[in-house]
Amino acid sequence: MTTTTEPVKAVTPHNPPPTPLLERLRVPSAFALGAVLLLGIAPLALSDFRLALLAKYLCYAIVAVGVSLAWGRGGLLVLGQGVFFGLGGYAMAMHLKLADAADTGQKLPDFMQLYGTGDALPWWWEPFANPLFALAMTVVLPMAVAAILGFLVFRRRVKGAYFAILSQALAAALSIWLIGQQATTGGTNGLTDIQGFFGYSLDDPVNQRMVYFVIAAVLLLLMLLARQLFVSRYGELLVAVRDSEERVRFLGYNPANVKLVAYVVAAGMAGLAGALFVPAVGIISPALIGIVPSIGFVIGAAVGGRASLVGAVLGAIAVAWAQSTLSDAFPAGWTYFQGLLFVVAVGFLPGGLASLWTVARNRRKATTSSGSEVTA
Amino acid sequence: MTVILNQSFTGISIGAVLLLIALGLTLTFGQMGVINMAHGEFIMAGAYTTYVLQKSISSAGLSLLVALPVAFLVAGLMGALLEWLLIRRLYTRPLDTLLVTWGVSLMLQQLARDIFGAPNVQTHAPDLLTDNISVGGGITLANSRLFILGLALLSVLALTLILRLTPLGRRIRAVVQNRDLAEVSGIATGRVDRMTFFIGSGLAGVAGVALTLVGPIGPTMGTNYIVDAFLVVVVGGIGQLKGSVITAFALGVLQSVLEYSTTVSVAKVVVLVAIVAFLQWRPQGLYTLRTRSLA
Amino acid sequence: MSGLSISRRGLLAGVSAVGASAALSACGAKTGSDTSSDAGVKGDTSGSTVRVGLLNSLSGTMAISEVTVHNSLLLAVKEINAAGGVLGKKLDPISQDGASDWPTFAEKAEALIKDDKVVATFGCWTSSSRKAVKPVFERYKSLLFYPVQYEGLEESPYIFYTGATTNQQIVPALDYLKKQGLTKLYLVGSDYVFPRTANKIIKAYAKAKGMTVVGEDYAPLGSTEFSTIVNKVKDSGADAVFNTLNGDSNVAFFKEYKSSGMTAKSMPVLSVSIAEEEVKSIGTQYLEGQLTAWNYYQTTPGAANTKFVAAYEAAYGKGKPTSDPMEAAYISVYLWKEMVEKAGSFEVAAVKGASDGIKLAAPEGEVTVDGASQHVYKTARIGKVGADGLITEVWNSGKPIKPDPFLKGYDWASGLS
Repeated sequence: MTTTTEPVKAVTPHNPPPTPLLERLRVPSAFALGAVLLLGIAPLALSDFRLALLAKYLCYAIVAVGVSLAWGRGGLLVLGQGVFFGLGGYAMAMHLKLADAADTGQKLPDFMQLYGTGDALPWWWEPFANPLFALAMTVVLPMAVAAILGFLVFRRRVKGAYFAILSQALAAALSIWLIGQQATTGGTNGLTDIQGFFGYSLDDPVNQRMVYFVIAAVLLLLMLLARQLFVSRYGELLVAVRDSEERVRFLGYNPANVKLVAYVVAAGMAGLAGALFVPAVGIISPALIGIVPSIGFVIGAAVGGRASLVGAVLGAIAVAWAQSTLSDAFPAGWTYFQGLLFVVAVGFLPGGLASLWTVARNRRKATTSSGSEVTA
Repeated sequence: MTVILNQSFTGISIGAVLLLIALGLTLTFGQMGVINMAHGEFIMAGAYTTYVLQKSISSAGLSLLVALPVAFLVAGLMGALLEWLLIRRLYTRPLDTLLVTWGVSLMLQQLARDIFGAPNVQTHAPDLLTDNISVGGGITLANSRLFILGLALLSVLALTLILRLTPLGRRIRAVVQNRDLAEVSGIATGRVDRMTFFIGSGLAGVAGVALTLVGPIGPTMGTNYIVDAFLVVVVGGIGQLKGSVITAFALGVLQSVLEYSTTVSVAKVVVLVAIVAFLQWRPQGLYTLRTRSLA
Repeated sequence: MSGLSISRRGLLAGVSAVGASAALSACGAKTGSDTSSDAGVKGDTSGSTVRVGLLNSLSGTMAISEVTVHNSLLLAVKEINAAGGVLGKKLDPISQDGASDWPTFAEKAEALIKDDKVVATFGCWTSSSRKAVKPVFERYKSLLFYPVQYEGLEESPYIFYTGATTNQQIVPALDYLKKQGLTKLYLVGSDYVFPRTANKIIKAYAKAKGMTVVGEDYAPLGSTEFSTIVNKVKDSGADAVFNTLNGDSNVAFFKEYKSSGMTAKSMPVLSVSIAEEEVKSIGTQYLEGQLTAWNYYQTTPGAANTKFVAAYEAAYGKGKPTSDPMEAAYISVYLWKEMVEKAGSFEVAAVKGASDGIKLAAPEGEVTVDGASQHVYKTARIGKVGADGLITEVWNSGKPIKPDPFLKGYDWASGLS
């Protein structure tokens, strides 16, 4: 009865015949520009404090890359990205807390000594003392959870609103569970007061800047990866599944598998973002996992343009920046503005702000080519 | 034995609250496919209506009775306005309505904060409804819960009658089953949509009045209920009232049993996981409306 | 910015071209290495005014409570300015919104210290927000005054705690219940750090002093469905309920409690998070006769309190209640002022050094700063909710209690931490 397709036009060019040199250089040059901005200009122009803030926003942008893939291209409204962000973040924070404790010669992380029940480290904490295991888990854990859930859900053709609400329920469940296990997870406080990052003290502003560089580099690499996925055969198949799942099924593909890949990759990206968020901000807590932050992860992509990679990334950064700047000056006004932004961006500009650019470019093209297309 | 009976009543009363908050959604989401995240704020509007009316009507009992129809109108009109302003433009994009109405819910919460202040407000419940009846054997039934149960069942009955017997109900069912066919048969689907939204949102207002008896009344109260309400509709299945009724009571009893034997947090997590598992078994929910649509 | 950081930037820009991962191993202090030679970030005292930071949630779920604390802080700042300021300098309050989000709190704390160069910061409410900002204040060696009763087990060298710790609120409340012969307790709390820690203390106390805990339940924060918990409480045969619920949950709990037929007479509830503001939003219909444990009530006698209540009403409207956290926030600014004036300097180390023994005739009675723990001596007061919505004292500890955040002075608590 209801259709779940989203009439958002993909901007993927379908192997357009002879591309001019300028067009072919567009992507590499845009990437180079991004690299110069993020790795060169931003660190020079911003104070330590502002740069640390930017590092945090870039973590949200990494999540947005995944959202753009799963939602923008795949039509999967992933309203539970907080789950994967949290899994990655907790995996990283658990290792860093253990390393901090080891540095000060203690057996248990500080919060366990205060709120824990016994003297022994819980068994499921132990492997996280190994840095390689913990690093791997920041990506493997979220991807594994996404794979299991996605396999079950997509195979049974649970989709659209059902999928979105299920994701929300899962985010709520994980955050409630984490809060309930205070002795081993830190409860509502989460894991805080993280001192070091693989042996480097986070108190030192130089190391804080290093964390920024790592985050910026990861973001650029993941954008490149996502871009490759977008223009690959798989990317086209994903858009096809989004626009008409049944037709793809009739063509002999299994849409469940196509969606599963996008969902799992997006989860891995969110996990990595969570892992990087921990050294950048020094905290991971259930409050970053629940229903509201999970919706928040989608806002930026929606505002910037869900189907456009650059749009989603810039949108995520802009919304996070606006939140922290405007909410001080106008706490009430900001809430109205945020609501309105959502209504306008999603309701009336489904391509996000990125589509404004496309519209403007088309109009310019139209006017230069004698304006016949405008009347057509 | 006393424990089992008391807990059964508790489960039924939790179920009644779930049913009341989800009933409006079975219409707007279940029948029209629109995910209205601002549904919780219509519940809030109903609760604040009770608060405002109590300032002019001093008798707690009378003000509660007056609040029921007034809250239905207030929330219903808000819903109809929302449908007219935004949702009718988005019928082909159900997922986008989720995000758009979430934005609306943010604005409505802030509006409530600006009008009534951020702290919770209190309403005075009639003494009769803060009391309880003892039915012997150590079993007591809280009057407020009985009232909510009665109100929930009454609302289901009224809604069923409207859908079954009135011309409007016939038109709503026609639009739900096949929108295009209904339209070519001369039904003004736009007007039917608005009426459906009016009734669905109005029911949220009624739920808000009832919830003043058991919960807090504040700008964010809607967020407490919205996910639970959606889960009831999703599990119940699209397009059928009976699915939501059965689901609400089943979830209520499941939750009360789990809460009694474990902890509230564990109960919440288990219920959510159970729902995910249930959708494996029946991905379209308990009852589905058979259509020829592929999607 | 100093010249040093500029040269670092130049270095970093060059390094960035090589690649971030290589750069990570290129420089930066290792953990455990001594970075304490760094003097932190100093507040700016060069002008005719000094800036003080006010860090509260002005938006989000915690705004309900924290806005009242923010108002009290502003009131104190205004009064101090009207009386000539501190060391001849007027205070310029900078408000930052923590937005009920813990990472935001950390971010705003850093902004206050580094951008605004505040000489001290006042604020935070939840334990989670305090835990989130604690490393920031310690890293930059800047002062935070924290005004809310909390779960203890903490002594940060850069935080002054002006609310009660457990031995000034929970323990006296247990003493009171024991004295009343209410020895069978049911513990109901929200699922977060304060209730879980408080209940651990209660269980240890009960075990040592012949009381029994007949049940213990936690509801997720914001939970509004209490029928099962109330059923359990009712069947438990307890003498009293020790309630550490927070926020909205209290409303739902007390409505359920009353409709199931229980009253303050049949089974009293002693709450530690219900102050005057909360009484207003729950309603005396449900709360009349129930007990609370705090260090201050709006009705606490004394000239200092009469003045505080009147000043608050004059500033924020007739009928606006004052509560314990608001009072603790209000006095935190005055305590800081006394410390600065005693030290003759805004320097953090000097202020800390001058803190021990600072006395103040506060609205709650006389308070004294304990320099060693950076907590405050406070009088514990048990109150009863009246029909008019105000809380009146039914018992107090007689004299201010020495703060003991780790409960070192209590034998029964030895196994706790």
